[in-house]
Amino acid sequence: MSDTIKDRVIAIIAEQAVLEPGDVTPDQTLEDLGIDSLGLVESIFAIEEAFDISVPFNANDPSDSEFDISSVAAIIKAVEGLIATQAA
Amino acid sequence: MRRVVITGQGSINALGRNVAETLEAMREGRCGISNLEFQDVERLSIRIGGQIKGYDPEAHFNRQKISLYDRFTQFTMLAAEEALTQSGLSFSGEMATRSGVVLGTSGGGMNTLDENYRSVYEDGKNRVHPFVVPKLMNNAAASHVSMEWNLKGPSFTVATACASSNHAMGQAMQMIRSGMADVMVTGGSEAMLCFGGIKAWEGLRVMSKDACRPFSANRNGMVQGEGAAVFVFEEYEHAKARGAEIIAEVAGFAMSSDAADIVMPSKQGAARAIKGALLDAKLNPEDVCYINAHGTGTAANDKTECAAVADAFGHHADDLMISSTKSMHGHLIGGTGAVELLACIMALRDGVIAPTIGYQEPDPECALDVVPNEAREARVDAVLSNAFAFGGLNAVLALRAAP
Repeated sequence: MSDTIKDRVIAIIAEQAVLEPGDVTPDQTLEDLGIDSLGLVESIFAIEEAFDISVPFNANDPSDSEFDISSVAAIIKAVEGLIATQAA
Repeated sequence: MRRVVITGQGSINALGRNVAETLEAMREGRCGISNLEFQDVERLSIRIGGQIKGYDPEAHFNRQKISLYDRFTQFTMLAAEEALTQSGLSFSGEMATRSGVVLGTSGGGMNTLDENYRSVYEDGKNRVHPFVVPKLMNNAAASHVSMEWNLKGPSFTVATACASSNHAMGQAMQMIRSGMADVMVTGGSEAMLCFGGIKAWEGLRVMSKDACRPFSANRNGMVQGEGAAVFVFEEYEHAKARGAEIIAEVAGFAMSSDAADIVMPSKQGAARAIKGALLDAKLNPEDVCYINAHGTGTAANDKTECAAVADAFGHHADDLMISSTKSMHGHLIGGTGAVELLACIMALRDGVIAPTIGYQEPDPECALDVVPNEAREARVDAVLSNAFAFGGLNAVLALRAAP
């Protein structure tokens, strides 16, 4: 199940970065992938749609959000956490 | 005084995907009005419009751009590309800061509004795409043009309903005249052909169910259209110095307000704008051979407009030609004056007067030469383009043949 979440998050991020999912690795940052602020809010929207969750994210100060976007792995972990709490 | 000329033109509308196709259709008196195709059209009583059929955004723009470009912005970008390519201009350094963009639109991102209202109200969704606001805002098209071509001077959007484009082009002309800019990209765009867009107009009971027949005694209302036209306005000496091909001169502009009624037109207000444009262009009434009418096909507009022309031109009103190309491309609301300027330019450059098609019965209250049904050849040195908006805001442009 968690592999599926990982794959789907990577697919969303890869689409934003205009890359193949195979070219996106967990240690990369959004900056590495060339995803700007508009790309970030679009990715979060796509994640919310894909998993039917609400992501606590404020574009005014992304680093201050509860949602960790420091790397691809961090985003996957945060999404997994949100699915676990919001599904409960 | 600094003079203003046109050095580029571009368009997409129900008659064609570019200027050449549009002018060919106008020469042939072809009708671009057909059955509307979009979601929920069966819930409308008005089901015709000048819709651009077979249009595929993905043939022109990548996915990221489509996520930010509403249909009205897409039309603008395509028309701007054609106009700027023709002008041969590129923008960097001082050239960029001395160039701007002023565009007209009435509804802005109407399709974006409609789709997202449907999504949250009808489908009950609680989440919308993050770009709804930057996509629907009225200035989105002007901003994307400025970004794509690096236009860093004065730029904004004008929204005065059916006169938006003429007001925008009038502003652009005055900004070059006054020395505020050397080049202005201007014109307008509209994409209101969606369920909500037509439903709102239906409510006013001014729409025709079968055809737009301006000046015809049996006319029964307006028909909406969609699309864009964009022009490159340039200071005359600037254009001449670089050997640019000059399409026409923007000789004068005037605007007036009826200060009377939110929907009914006024002869006096319209006549003041017409006389003002002649004065501003230093034209005598006898110099004007052709007027592209506002000519919406409503009972009120057409008779009021003819009375205003008679008032402004006196005896000469019987000698000039006046046609409404809305009969072919529909009423593009905030983009309409821009598409109609193409007919004015065709008259000046090619000596071809676009007809008023769908004309069936003479109306004694519209007893002018409305160039019924077939295009006509004529030598034309000066023309006017009328736009009279809801809210009583009138804007008239005067053009002369290229100097």
